[in-house]
Amino acid sequence: MADTTQEHTHGGDTAPGDSREELLSSLKAYVIGLALAIILTATSFWAAGTHVLWQPGVPIGLAVLAVAQMGVHLVFFLHITTGPDNTNNVLALAFGVLIVFLVVAGSLWIMANLSANMMPLEMMDLHHQR
Amino acid sequence: MTATTLGGHEPPHTHHGMPASASAAGPAPKRIIIAYGFWLFLLSDIVMFSAFFATFAVLGKATAGGPTGAELFDARNVAVETALLLFSSFSCGMMSLAMDARHRGTFYLGAAITFILGLGFLVLEMREFADMVARGATADRSAFLSGFFTLVGCHGAHVAVGLLWLAVMVAQVADKGWRATVLHRLMCFSLFWHALDIIWVALFTIVYLMGAR
Amino acid sequence: MFGKLSWSAIPINEPIDMIASGLMILAVLGVLAWVTVKGYWPYLWREWLTSVDHKRIGVMYVALALVMLLRGFTDAVMMRLQQAVSVGPDAGYLPPEHYNQIFSAHGTIMIFFMAMPFVIGLMNFAVPLQLGIRDVAFPTLNSVSLWLTASGILLTNMSLVVGEFARTGWLAYPPLSELKYSPGVGVDYYLWALQISGVGTLLSGINLATTILKMRAPGMSYMRMPVFCWTSLASNLLIIAAFPVLTATFAMLLLDRYLGMHFFTADGDGNPMMYVNLIWVWGHPEVYILILPCFGVFSEVVSTFSGKPLFGYRSMVAATMAICILSFIVWLHHFFTMGAGANVNGFFGVMTMIIAVPTGVKVYNWLFTMYGGRVRFHAPILWSVGFMVTFVIGGMTGVLLAVPPADFILHNSLFLIAHFHNVIIGGVVFGVLAGYMYWFPKAFGFTLDEGWGKVSFWCWFVGFYLAFMPLYYLGMLGMTRRLQHYDNPGWQPWLIVAAVGVAFILAGILALIIQLVVSIRTRERRRDRTGDPWQGRTLEWSTPSPPPAWNFAVLPQVEREDAYWHMKRRAREERIAAAEALAYAPIHMPLNSPTGFVTAFFAVVTGFALIWHIWWLVILGLVGALITTLVFAWRDESEFEIAADELARVDRAHHQAYWVGGTP
Repeated sequence: MADTTQEHTHGGDTAPGDSREELLSSLKAYVIGLALAIILTATSFWAAGTHVLWQPGVPIGLAVLAVAQMGVHLVFFLHITTGPDNTNNVLALAFGVLIVFLVVAGSLWIMANLSANMMPLEMMDLHHQR
Repeated sequence: MTATTLGGHEPPHTHHGMPASASAAGPAPKRIIIAYGFWLFLLSDIVMFSAFFATFAVLGKATAGGPTGAELFDARNVAVETALLLFSSFSCGMMSLAMDARHRGTFYLGAAITFILGLGFLVLEMREFADMVARGATADRSAFLSGFFTLVGCHGAHVAVGLLWLAVMVAQVADKGWRATVLHRLMCFSLFWHALDIIWVALFTIVYLMGAR
Repeated sequence: MFGKLSWSAIPINEPIDMIASGLMILAVLGVLAWVTVKGYWPYLWREWLTSVDHKRIGVMYVALALVMLLRGFTDAVMMRLQQAVSVGPDAGYLPPEHYNQIFSAHGTIMIFFMAMPFVIGLMNFAVPLQLGIRDVAFPTLNSVSLWLTASGILLTNMSLVVGEFARTGWLAYPPLSELKYSPGVGVDYYLWALQISGVGTLLSGINLATTILKMRAPGMSYMRMPVFCWTSLASNLLIIAAFPVLTATFAMLLLDRYLGMHFFTADGDGNPMMYVNLIWVWGHPEVYILILPCFGVFSEVVSTFSGKPLFGYRSMVAATMAICILSFIVWLHHFFTMGAGANVNGFFGVMTMIIAVPTGVKVYNWLFTMYGGRVRFHAPILWSVGFMVTFVIGGMTGVLLAVPPADFILHNSLFLIAHFHNVIIGGVVFGVLAGYMYWFPKAFGFTLDEGWGKVSFWCWFVGFYLAFMPLYYLGMLGMTRRLQHYDNPGWQPWLIVAAVGVAFILAGILALIIQLVVSIRTRERRRDRTGDPWQGRTLEWSTPSPPPAWNFAVLPQVEREDAYWHMKRRAREERIAAAEALAYAPIHMPLNSPTGFVTAFFAVVTGFALIWHIWWLVILGLVGALITTLVFAWRDESEFEIAADELARVDRAHHQAYWVGGTP
């Protein structure tokens, strides 16, 4: 087992999921993360269900809450930080996030544009469609 | 690197007072390589989910006259599911800490709680699906429902695989103890389990909360 | 009991099909019989099928790719012959449903089973050697990737004998590929074969990216990596980002076909255009996944044979990474005509033109590397120069197609076919063949015959222009792609020229085979005893040819780019001192494992059962795969030790032969 403890410190490199703190403060991180996640989740469900809020703003609020909660999970549960030892992990994550953004936003933009340019249904000869 | 090597005599140099970078020291240790490889796998998995998310978003209103999200979704059920998954993520963290402390009893307890919470999540999801099917909202009813069942079902399938994996890992700890390979796999498992929770956050927000509006 | 499978699945009454399958079965049986008679099975199993050595796996990938090149090329010959004759009253010799299967199989095989295994094989072989390390990050996973790719290839070729292949084109657009319009098993063969091999490709991408990012010889910082490693890194990052989208897209089409869902159907509010959108989210990065490693090969070849460091190393790296990102924002140019508005088409058109800029930077870098160099015209550099000329033409027709109004006229015409063959043959095929001839001596310890290599190059080069320049012209005349028959007699002369071009390419392929045979027969006098036949610049040439299983007895210390070149520049005494001072320590290497081969067996069983709806067999296959995983997870020994004495013996012998004894 000696080799695995040595493995923790290598050229200032950290594995994703590694917390560098002592056990007790990791426990603290998990508890803080859990508390923040509960608050954010509860707010999301409340905002979606209530009529107190200005309705058109709710989806944006939900999106912000979701992104915040993902950040909380990443930092407190997955221990992804901005420290120099984490550069590679964060760069990979940034690349992934960029791709996810491009796939989702690009598809939505393209498909919305396509359907906006579609011939209205009543103008189509439906007999040829069947 | 203490041995003199073919290329030169100088030790790996450090610059700017920073610790020697990974490249100066040669290949990273196995543990970091494995975790990084698994991290890349998780990112690829998230990209796969993004394709399902994009499809769900595009087809969200394509109900073909069938039931809509607002008619089908039960926010209370989703809230309970969310809570189960969140607490299982927490107990998975406790499990990792027990692993770091090489404390078997706590590890088994953490694993058991994680497993039960995950299983509870799956059962609730299956019940939700069964309920929808009973109301005629099947996956072949409309493009919207195809997207819904595939996206949510894909996450559920990941949870199911995670449960199987967890069970195998508990058996490995019991059989082989804290050997390096077992520790590496447990580390990957905890990354996997936390990542599933992150995907669920996107899922309940987009599918259930926004989709029911 | 056997789902949709019955004796009628065997195409008894289609003579061409039966002859082709008969020949294929005979060839396979012949090889199996030869191996059995010669008693090679134990050797094959021990040294190759269960090998987790990245070099062997690389060689097996390339071997698969070469066989699939023959298979895909046969399809090409059949199409060219059909189009050369099927004008007016003459229907040609291929019925439409067969012709459709052939063009679908040609595209699928050439991209997924020829080009992909070839570049992955070259990366597998060369990247760890260039990085100065002993293996990839996950050796057993590497073997799994290889065998999953092989499973996909096997399933695709099984469709020739049992059942049929897709008739939907190489990307199987719905609604044509939906169950309603393609009720046969052809599309299922296509989908499951690509799903299985796609998982292999993804795992391979993760493996190589992790290797490059986390495992480099001491001192090899990012800016000291050979360019081939950089382009491999970009290519593998693209695999990680793009292949999951392909998996998801195919999964949705499969759900449509198997569970009656409505993702891409014409009814149930499905949207076939979403499939086209998603498939090209994968499809465009895919072409860069193929071409980037080839750019790396050309960089190595041009620099080595010009005897100069690569011109503009940093700009090359920057251009590579720029392409890596930009390739993800151009995908719509594959469907300009689907009906998006001017803003969307305009955006993607401009992005497409922008991506030509970093590619242009690369071309100038290669030219300036050759400029003022003392170029040695060996076969690999012929391919590279041929590439530069051909690829620039292909690139320019590509920029032309990136202009949406022009695309509206040329879309789906033979102009498009000529364009992408122009970049894929001129870029990818020339690139992998350059890499094959460049690294062959490293892999096998003897050089390939120069003469036949040059014959092959010239046949390919001339054949390419004869075969595809007429297609540009025909495209502008209005001839669309995938025509089994046409009525305009004015097109026929050009198609006959194209068929003659294919004959030249055939000669080029035959020359490749002859080159291999001749070189093997005369291997004794073409042995590479130095390990450095080309006066190489990067670390792979510092090892013996072929390298020992562990590549490097002691990991090299890298001080600058072109590491090996600068080690060789040292004074002889200094080198002797360095070699004598080497301290050998025992190392650990991964044990061989049948996991990959067994996984592939169950993957084929599961895939075949899914294609034919044999549900009990599906369950059996999955359980088998699970058990394989568990057995692997429970193994106790994963590595074995190689003693320091053994390392020292092999290493010193190599140094004696070259490093210290000879004059590099």
